Amino acid sequence: MINPYIETTAEQEREMLAAVGVDSIDTLFSAQVPPGIAFEGEMDLPPPLSEPELLREFRTLSCRDLAARPAVSFLGGGIYDHFCPAAVAAVANRAEFVTAYTPYQPEASQGTLQAFFEYQTMVSRLYGMDVSNASLYDVASALGEALFLALSARPDRRRIVVPQTLHPDCVGLACTYLRHFDVELVIASAQNGVINLSHLRDLVTSETAAVVVQHPNYFGCLEEVEEIAAMTRAAGALLIASCDPVALGVLAPPGEFGADIAVGEGQALGLRPYLGGETLGLFTCRADFMRRMPGRLVGLTRDRAERRGFVLTLQTREQHIRRDKATSNICTNHAHNALRATIYLALMGPSGLRWAATMCVRNLQRLRAGLEAVRPGSIAFTAPCFKETVVRTAGPARAVVSALREKGILAGIPLDRLGAEHTHHLLVCTTEQRTDDEIDALVEALTPHL
Amino acid sequence: MTNPATRDIAPKSLPTIFECSVPGRKGHSLPPLPADADALVTEAIPKRFLRREPAALPEVGELDVVRHYTRLSSRTMCVDTNFYPLGSCTMKYNPKVNETVAGLEGFAGAHPEESEESLQGILKIYHDVSQALSRLTGLAGCSLQPAAGAHGEFTALLVAKAWFDDRGETGRCEVIIPDTAHGTNPASALRCGLRAVEIKSDARGRIDLGQLKSKLGPSTACVMITNPNTLGLFEDQMHEAAALIHEAGALVYLDGANFNAIVGRVRPADFGADLMHINVHKTFSIPHGGGGPGAGPICVRDFLAPYLPSPWVVFKDGRYMLERDCPKSIGKVRSFFGNVNNIVRTAAYLRQLGAGGLREVSGHAVLNANYLLSLLAGTYDVPYGIRCMHEFVINATRQKNLGVKAMDIAKKLLDYGFHPPTTYFPLIVPEALMIEPTETESKETLEAFAAAMLEIARLAETDAARVTAAPETTPVTRMDELAAARQPVLAWPKA
Repeated sequence: MINPYIETTAEQEREMLAAVGVDSIDTLFSAQVPPGIAFEGEMDLPPPLSEPELLREFRTLSCRDLAARPAVSFLGGGIYDHFCPAAVAAVANRAEFVTAYTPYQPEASQGTLQAFFEYQTMVSRLYGMDVSNASLYDVASALGEALFLALSARPDRRRIVVPQTLHPDCVGLACTYLRHFDVELVIASAQNGVINLSHLRDLVTSETAAVVVQHPNYFGCLEEVEEIAAMTRAAGALLIASCDPVALGVLAPPGEFGADIAVGEGQALGLRPYLGGETLGLFTCRADFMRRMPGRLVGLTRDRAERRGFVLTLQTREQHIRRDKATSNICTNHAHNALRATIYLALMGPSGLRWAATMCVRNLQRLRAGLEAVRPGSIAFTAPCFKETVVRTAGPARAVVSALREKGILAGIPLDRLGAEHTHHLLVCTTEQRTDDEIDALVEALTPHL
Repeated sequence: MTNPATRDIAPKSLPTIFECSVPGRKGHSLPPLPADADALVTEAIPKRFLRREPAALPEVGELDVVRHYTRLSSRTMCVDTNFYPLGSCTMKYNPKVNETVAGLEGFAGAHPEESEESLQGILKIYHDVSQALSRLTGLAGCSLQPAAGAHGEFTALLVAKAWFDDRGETGRCEVIIPDTAHGTNPASALRCGLRAVEIKSDARGRIDLGQLKSKLGPSTACVMITNPNTLGLFEDQMHEAAALIHEAGALVYLDGANFNAIVGRVRPADFGADLMHINVHKTFSIPHGGGGPGAGPICVRDFLAPYLPSPWVVFKDGRYMLERDCPKSIGKVRSFFGNVNNIVRTAAYLRQLGAGGLREVSGHAVLNANYLLSLLAGTYDVPYGIRCMHEFVINATRQKNLGVKAMDIAKKLLDYGFHPPTTYFPLIVPEALMIEPTETESKETLEAFAAAMLEIARLAETDAARVTAAPETTPVTRMDELAAARQPVLAWPKA
């Protein structure tokens, strides 16, 4: 046996084959798979490795040259380096949480069910919204689901307005998701790093099903959310807000400024950057839309002995019951990432989240002041910011990033992929993880490039 | 009766974390805010943007949190504690070395906007996993971006639609789906603006070629086939079905949920599949995490590859790069590049097992299922014969006549320390119990499970009330699901 995870011995294999009434495993296949289909011989994959060999190989692959020479990172753009208490991994990595499945059998799954119920409670409170589901894949897919919900709740309206200040992957996803529907996707332009409100006013009509706003937006700026909400409400459209959950430690939540649906990227809540591949789609909405929500929902109920307990509920919305009438095709979601966010929020509590958010604002303000002192006007957009800001560089921002990488600083994201007008724009992020010394070093390193 | 799954280290009713909250208590050790912090926040952010009162998160200590969630974990049955033969979900053992590999800081700490120079290792993994999946499926194009199986279905259908549209065949708006299919198939079709058309299975539990022929036409985009299907049967007329589908100008979509039954032995391209998704948590042993995250890579024929989501990894001039100039691509289906952590776990599993180890995965999955079926066949009704692939469906109609339904049997299994099989699916089998033992379970475990099943069948004859009262050993008994749905309480009320 090559496979170390099969426990059947050769002797047992013979006994089992005899009980089944065949002479070999191959016969079990040839009896069922029609001739001419099975692959002859062994497929062309690299040879198997033992555990020590495997660890050696992957340790090598994991060595970025940065790992040898730790770099200070000012990268953000949707994936952030936030502090996470050690207890999160210690508890979340318990095998019971890692190796269970979706809690289809509530009697055997009260642990995960209760944790997801607590997650729903924490997320809905953080966002100031009535209800949260038990997670989606990431903020982009959560936005996609929000768009479909809005279109189903406003069936006579076929226009969706998204701003240029939205994360580019979210804009891209909206295009992909809506392409085959009779829906008009229009882009509200940006001015000084925020939505151009007069352009938005022109676009939001009685045909508009939903308006999307990201706050803080992709450039780190705060949007005039109350005015946008009023404009949206007046047109009878729904407001979909995408908000960073850590920012809500200090910022008024979407439930207060008038969002009907609010989504967010939960990676900031105790998950690792992992190349953008350890994400959590936060999805919340007003109670009116509860029965139109995508994804799993956990509800409180009683058992036969009147004991409190939790179950998956409102399942008639879901694909395994409703098939082509389901509110979404979501099955597996990001439950374990949601669990980690739950434990993170429990540990941080109101004071810890406020601390993290305050430090983000404070550190960014220090950076902005430092850069403005060196060269007034080096901050491209003057709107209030949370933890990110766009720096105007003298040369192309991409070259600045390369130059600072040599000094062990990951200075930020060059925004040239958004268009030529952004060639000299560098998106810089300071979370609570950056120290004063690191921020001052960035200012110094950027000075010749401003 | 002692039950290892529900060892009672926790009291019967656990308070929510919100009920444990004590004003002023903290679960973190953070430095005090610098003296300038509040002033800088006031300077930076106008008052109208600020939160008036903090979010009502619990105020609890670190020990409170650790104990609370550890206790919750003890109320959760999982593969590491119990046999979990949940049909169609492939609850196999998840090798621990893959967790070690996935946790390496060089992977976990990588930011998606870092330069490609520092991401060569992880990009190589993306490249190598794509190549391995292409070789295992016989399909040249591969995208590792979809976040889950259903997301893979959706992405692949978008790829098919883009290809048809590009050829001017914009009228292809139907997807034909057998009645045994996973619910995600029709739901994914709907999400692509396509219409699901159902066909009934034949008496042998397989695709009815006559039905298929009658529904195929110029509006058919794809036929979604699960092979082996959800009854655990290989579609033995697959070649004929694929020929009919291709003659009609449509594509064969393979729902790869059951790829673990054939991996290393059959390449789906060789039975006519044009595009498919793979659930890495099924075939490649990624832990299920209580409901994700998974990953749902898709593999497609070469002519469909230009339409895959962007960006993709290419190997050029001795280095790995992200190709973003993908003019025919369907675009973004999620942020960044996929559930990278699970792709790393997949890579480790593929490297440890190699082609030979994977052949053993499918071989022993099928052997275990057939062996277990042979132990149950005399006692339970077997609607589709005694030969199966990696899973099988039995039905409890005999027991139902005695007042014991499939759900009762499922719940009684909990008292024996086994997670129940999937119940009432596929929809075409009444009182269905769908059992998938997987290759990692030992003969002893299969026999212990069979013994419990036989004892429950005996109880159904002698003392049905004991079965319908089950479970008796779990922290809670059967829940009032109707009440939960009628007046949903989806969050703990604020104090």
